[in-house]
Amino acid sequence: MLADATAVLDTFPKWLAHQARTRPARPGMRHKDLGIWTEWSWAEVERKVRAYAVGLMAHGLQRGDKVAIIGNNRPKLYWSMMAVQCAGGIPVPVYADAVADEMAYVLDHSEVRFACVQDQEQVDKLLSVVDRVPNIALVFYDEPRGLRGYDHSRLQAIDEVIAQGEAAMLADPDAVRRLDASIAAGSGDDISVMLYTSGTTGRSKGVMLSAGRCIAAARDTVAFDKLSDQDNVIAYLPLAWVGDHYLNYAQALIAGFCINCPESPETAVEDRREIGNTYAFAPPRVFEGMLTRIMIRMEDAGWLKRKMFHYYMGVAKKWGEKILDGKPVPVLARLNYAIGDLLVYGPLKNVMGLTTVRVGYTAGEAIGPELFSFFRSIGLNLKQLYGQTEAFLFVTCQTDTGVRADCVGPATPNVEIRIAEDGEVLYKSPGQFVGYFKEPEKTAETMTPDGFVKTGDAGFFEKDGQLRIIDRAKDVGKLKNGALYAPKYIENKLKFFPNIREAVAFGQGEDMVTCFINIDLVAVGNWAERNNVSYGSYQELAGHPQVYEIIAGHVAEVNRQLAEEPMMARSQIGRFLILHKELDADDGELTRTQKVRRGFIAERYAPLVKALYDGSKEADISTEVTFEDGRKGVISARVKVMDAKIAPIAQAA
Amino acid sequence: MVPAQHIAPGDALLKVENVSLRFGGVKAITDVSFDIKKGEIRAIIGPNGAGKTSMLNVINGFYHPQEGLITYKGATRAKMKPYVAASQGIARTFQNVALFKGMSTLDNIMVGRTLKMKSSFFWQVFRHGPAMQEEIVHRRMVEEIIDFLEIEHIRKVPVGKLPYGLQKRVELGRALAMEPELLLLDEPMAGMNLEEKEDMCRFILDVKEQYGTTIALIEHDMGVVMDLSDRVVVLEYGRKIADGTPDEVKADQAVIDAYLGVAH
Repeated sequence: MLADATAVLDTFPKWLAHQARTRPARPGMRHKDLGIWTEWSWAEVERKVRAYAVGLMAHGLQRGDKVAIIGNNRPKLYWSMMAVQCAGGIPVPVYADAVADEMAYVLDHSEVRFACVQDQEQVDKLLSVVDRVPNIALVFYDEPRGLRGYDHSRLQAIDEVIAQGEAAMLADPDAVRRLDASIAAGSGDDISVMLYTSGTTGRSKGVMLSAGRCIAAARDTVAFDKLSDQDNVIAYLPLAWVGDHYLNYAQALIAGFCINCPESPETAVEDRREIGNTYAFAPPRVFEGMLTRIMIRMEDAGWLKRKMFHYYMGVAKKWGEKILDGKPVPVLARLNYAIGDLLVYGPLKNVMGLTTVRVGYTAGEAIGPELFSFFRSIGLNLKQLYGQTEAFLFVTCQTDTGVRADCVGPATPNVEIRIAEDGEVLYKSPGQFVGYFKEPEKTAETMTPDGFVKTGDAGFFEKDGQLRIIDRAKDVGKLKNGALYAPKYIENKLKFFPNIREAVAFGQGEDMVTCFINIDLVAVGNWAERNNVSYGSYQELAGHPQVYEIIAGHVAEVNRQLAEEPMMARSQIGRFLILHKELDADDGELTRTQKVRRGFIAERYAPLVKALYDGSKEADISTEVTFEDGRKGVISARVKVMDAKIAPIAQAA
Repeated sequence: MVPAQHIAPGDALLKVENVSLRFGGVKAITDVSFDIKKGEIRAIIGPNGAGKTSMLNVINGFYHPQEGLITYKGATRAKMKPYVAASQGIARTFQNVALFKGMSTLDNIMVGRTLKMKSSFFWQVFRHGPAMQEEIVHRRMVEEIIDFLEIEHIRKVPVGKLPYGLQKRVELGRALAMEPELLLLDEPMAGMNLEEKEDMCRFILDVKEQYGTTIALIEHDMGVVMDLSDRVVVLEYGRKIADGTPDEVKADQAVIDAYLGVAH
């Protein structure tokens, strides 16, 4: 029976059965619970998932039903996706930190009939919008805490569903037959999962991905990076993000490696150290955070340690990347690097939990070249990939020896890339999406007549065949004087400074580039502590004259860097201000994947943008903020505007 | 000692009758009577110096009242030592956090299990034999509390390094580790920001729901008191001026006068 079901491995349930048969005893999943790592072998995972699927079918889950998955990375939520797929349903992961209102949109739009959620917090959110999502029949939850007193007519624990399934499988051989038939009935053309885009531009769209394509794409990359069942990943990325579904779900099921779920999002770094993952993926933001913390701790370290750190970072900067790329390096330099590895790089990687990482990827946003080089120079095989939800992630990725900071690599195996006349990157990939759910006109807009997908990003190929992305195609613009202006490019340069958490550049059709800056509370707060600068709030610290001085220094440095690049030299930053509040996804200023929504911000802070251009020294602003529970409040502030130092443009020889 | 009776939910777990407490000539509490029913959240409120903390200290045996009787689980007493109170299932937290600053969160909560440890001092010193087995059992309990209070990420951090709000949470954890029947909370939300207060409220309600613990709490934030508690007793200058549900107390003229002042 089983053998028949898995004869053609074209769906994830079939792959699960395959893993349970070929490597039953290998760990498939781990979760740190009550301080102890609990492990499930692939055979155990399959048993749980099968029982769960039977339970779901008993609750009336039909083929094609959508099921929302909401919560952090927990085994039972991954099992939920597998069980739903086994029963022929379609999992729809939703961002767990979305406020109830955003969640209601996705739940309603996707027509989900069931929801598998993590805990009371998510149940509360669901219940608060339940009248707007009439389709939801039942909600299953993982953690029972706080839910005992709730009306259970539409609520049930996932554990109970699994137990019911187990009992049904024992009592009724028909239930087993129905499950096997349901798994066997799955085909590669079925929609495997629906991932909602993060909504950088407008409402998020439901990207439908088919099982066969997902598997084709994941197989290519598993082979590309030689992933095997000996690998380990730590699952900490949002379930709803394509990155998590690809790297932790799809690739794990195909390569048979172990998905490790941290105890809570806050403990991910420590849990990573304990597990020693071999395959890692993190958006640039995570690497930025790590570097910031290290730099702060080094500032506080003793004189000798500081001296040693800076000396060996110099050595790493000079030789580290060359050693990693296998380029010729003098013997003495190699020796010196080895000592540095013993004294500095090794311990650093250990602290960050990166010691055992064999393949590391970053994507999601352009990464600052200096940031990228830092991690590579201490010996981390960090590479870049470029992708999007519509492609089921990979469009391009770098090979182990062909890594450069400013590019994202050549096309992934079996992916075809073309640059449109206006500079937009187009691709055709094995994992490419089937369409947007219920929005065929948007699907049509995104596709070219010959079947290529438009990325919306502008880029070009370098001489060595690597793709270089400049910015969103529609964001790249020109200043009044005709100089090319790429906001993201400038923002990324600013964000490399640990003191700057976020930057938003403006300038389309204006006479100069200006920007908003968000200070990093950890880094600047630490500086304030060391320098006896007292402050009562984020707002006060952000407006502090000395903080302005520091940031002005950073802006001047960015201008100096821009001046050296012929393409960008004329779009230096003219004026800037430091925002009085942190940009926040809850206020709609960032997407759930933490990308700035420039247009929205410009509108919301219109008085500040005006002040940047009309030469005034300060401006008043009051903005509405949304708290986590959905209540609203108002923050008002007077923000100072400062002129930046423009660097002389280097004359082309 | 009179053996403790079984108390059904809704019956008085603790009764305070005509209690008066003096420090020399200063009257801290004068002739106060009230009860705490099993399974309820009972708030004690009042302006500064009303005798709220003294009342808690009387309940857990830290102070001995000159007059009056205290009946806990059916056993009436005039005096009780704090360690007896602890062994009878009364746990508390303090207004100014009283943790071992140099010890980790885990160790601090583990301290709350001390009373439940059966193995001899000898085995515990060597961490061997029965002590090892026992520690595993207790560690599990402690880990459940850590999970319950969502403080996994600070498990190994010395509590002295933690922000105030988290220290308060650790202290609650230590009190919970005693598996108390009656939990006394002395200003659990003092000095917290809104978000921390909301978290703490949620934990207090969850404690009641999950463990069925009876809770007596002192709190200044009226919003919190009115939302959380089933019944409220109001003290002023050591006397009881009101007792009832939050709505009754809110409408009570004596309470309004005590809080807002009276025109003289």
